[in-house]
Amino acid sequence: MEAAVLTDRFPRTQVLPSQDMPTYQVAGEDLLETVRFLRDAQGFDLLADLCGIDWKDRTPRFGVVIHLLSTTNKEYVRLHIGAVHDAVPSVSSLHPGANWHEREAFDMFGIRFDGHPDPRRILMWDAYPYHPLRKDFPLAGIEVPLPAADVAEVTGQTVEPAPMMGGPFVSPGGKMSEGEPSALDQSWNEEKPKA
Amino acid sequence: MKTTKEISLGDIAARAEELRGENMTLNMGPSHPATHGVLRLSLELDGDKVIKCDPVIGYLHRGDEKIAENMTYNQFVPYTDRLDYLAPLANNVAYAIAVEKLAGLKMPERCEAIRVVCCEMARISSHLLGLGVYAMDTGAWTVFMYTFNEREKLYTLFEELTGARFTTSYTRIGGLTRDLPEGWLKKVEVFCDGVLKVIDDVDKLLTRNGIFLERTEGVAPISKELALAYGLTGPNLRASGVGFDLRKDKPYSGYEKYDFDVPVGTKGDCFDRYLVRMEEVRQSVRILRQACKSMPGGAWYAEDAKKIFLPPKAKIMTKMEELIQNFMIVTEGPQIPAGEVYFEAENPKGSLGFYVVSNGGGVPYRLRIRGPSFVSLSILPVIVPGNYLTDIASILGSLDFVMGECDR
Amino acid sequence: MVKSDFGYNSKIEGEVIVTRADAVVNWVRSNSVWPMPMGLACCAIELMGAGGSRFDISRFGMEVMRFSPRQADCMIVAGTVTYKMAEVVRRIYDQMAEPKWVVAMGACASTGGMYRSYATLQGVDNIVPVDIYISGCPPRPEALLDGMMLLQEKIRQEGGSLKRTFRGRTVETKIVR
Repeated sequence: MEAAVLTDRFPRTQVLPSQDMPTYQVAGEDLLETVRFLRDAQGFDLLADLCGIDWKDRTPRFGVVIHLLSTTNKEYVRLHIGAVHDAVPSVSSLHPGANWHEREAFDMFGIRFDGHPDPRRILMWDAYPYHPLRKDFPLAGIEVPLPAADVAEVTGQTVEPAPMMGGPFVSPGGKMSEGEPSALDQSWNEEKPKA
Repeated sequence: MKTTKEISLGDIAARAEELRGENMTLNMGPSHPATHGVLRLSLELDGDKVIKCDPVIGYLHRGDEKIAENMTYNQFVPYTDRLDYLAPLANNVAYAIAVEKLAGLKMPERCEAIRVVCCEMARISSHLLGLGVYAMDTGAWTVFMYTFNEREKLYTLFEELTGARFTTSYTRIGGLTRDLPEGWLKKVEVFCDGVLKVIDDVDKLLTRNGIFLERTEGVAPISKELALAYGLTGPNLRASGVGFDLRKDKPYSGYEKYDFDVPVGTKGDCFDRYLVRMEEVRQSVRILRQACKSMPGGAWYAEDAKKIFLPPKAKIMTKMEELIQNFMIVTEGPQIPAGEVYFEAENPKGSLGFYVVSNGGGVPYRLRIRGPSFVSLSILPVIVPGNYLTDIASILGSLDFVMGECDR
Repeated sequence: MVKSDFGYNSKIEGEVIVTRADAVVNWVRSNSVWPMPMGLACCAIELMGAGGSRFDISRFGMEVMRFSPRQADCMIVAGTVTYKMAEVVRRIYDQMAEPKWVVAMGACASTGGMYRSYATLQGVDNIVPVDIYISGCPPRPEALLDGMMLLQEKIRQEGGSLKRTFRGRTVETKIVR
């Protein structure tokens, strides 16, 4: 499918650079029409994946990424949608399989899906107050009471933050240093003793 | 004078309203032998018939995606083992290929061939367990014993190759952990002959077995349109009539070199799904035999992957630059350039997809795991209602899902 | 029962063995531990492997894997326990009849394993008292069998009551013979 087919029909759609499949930035208002067009006219009949993503420093902060697959033409297409005011229209009316994916995106990020038939949490328990995959939520977790009150009373256990011991011990990503690891203070070494 | 029978029938007709009863809510809880892991089904029953089915998942949600944002790419490989824990090698390969696509690496032929052998052995392992447990749930205990015995032979092979029976962590970004041991391929060929006999035995026990047919034929048929609408992939999709197999349609890791068929079902009921898996084992054996015969020589890792794959140990111990590289790659992680990639591999349960977003550096920005079992389970609220309570074991067994993949 | 537990001379006593009640009861209990497999994740596959024909757990009398807690003696927690699942594990533990034992199989059940995250309970001993910890990820079936043999040893040592430590407090249950 040519990029022009989509951008001519939906002028707000932008083409994004990508190395593996055609990728488009779709506006929230156009999403349902775009997916319907792709499904009915272009043969993208299978929703491969729908996930949320937390772009920390962009506006809008959250995005939804949809991957569609055409079993007849054997190709993929990727759609990026920005969640304006944390809400995105739900595609579960067009692809019923998106139902659970959207519930998971809501559970993990807090993105609301307008028109979703059953918006509740799926992986964490219903009363869990946080959205774990947000970038500001720590990996170890935040203390909350255990979901079952009677078990919590008998055992005295709460949902505790995991013991991270000061970790995780990874560099946050970005460039790797070019040279060998070297001492901070370069003014002295074995040949040139400290002045 | 009216007979006793006539009196009671008349009474029943009059009290029909009273006798109708009300629906029962039954919880087929997370700890249950037939649910294949920690799945909870909240059922509403009218007598024996299921009216509503609401699966509750998340009992094995361990936070893999969040953990991935805090691990280097190679450190995350053991977590991929435990996604579909019945075929760990297949998950390792799928993850490695996804990240290598993002890095723009091309794998040498030997590496690709070894990965194909690993994936197919993992497929056989998963299907053997799937068939064994499915048969056990429908009452046929012997099949479980036969297939588990065969899987032990597979475990011995895996142990010789990777060091672990089961959670193998065999691939690395840019290649594998080590090369094939001497004589291993011959053992794989011996295994292939053995597994065909076991599959024939299972065939004799189940395929024309009246009880098994009664329990599976015509139960929960999934039409082509329904399967596509819900995003089913793998054997579940193929049993419903859509002949889409990633190994044939979007080949990866050298699959285009091998000659094999893809079984496609017609009705999409439980029996079709069983037949598709049986035939897939036979086709996997076919691929294994070809791969073992034509295993190319040469490098088993990408030699040009300077900042990604560890240099050979002999050079690390003797040369300075390789030592620094080794230190950097181990501490900072393989340096993958910025970008995003989505790669799906044909896993035994369906298409396992990895969506990797990188900002440069050794730690991913976002790693999304698309688990095929998550999608297979989402169809349950549609196909279970209308069936009896006892059919649920058949349906769950035929969908062949694993909670590790579903909940991550 | 060990030779020192009983004195037996068939010429004098006939077909009668004299021993302590504890020895007999412990012998019976240790050789017929019926596990309740709380198979949650990958360790469950190795548990099933131990039940298979290569590593026959039936030699120890443990092949009767009862999924009903009322009929089981020992709960083998095999796999990662998440906070969502924790209440289920505790409820099932409460339903088991005394005497009961718990085996934490694998790294995830013992301490949370490699999953140090917001959703994983860092060790099942936070909610149930554990008798045997088996390490491994997953432990080989031989390791599981070794752990079960240790459990059998522990059962054989038991006296008139069952002492258990949970969250730093020692709980004693009197066993009525």
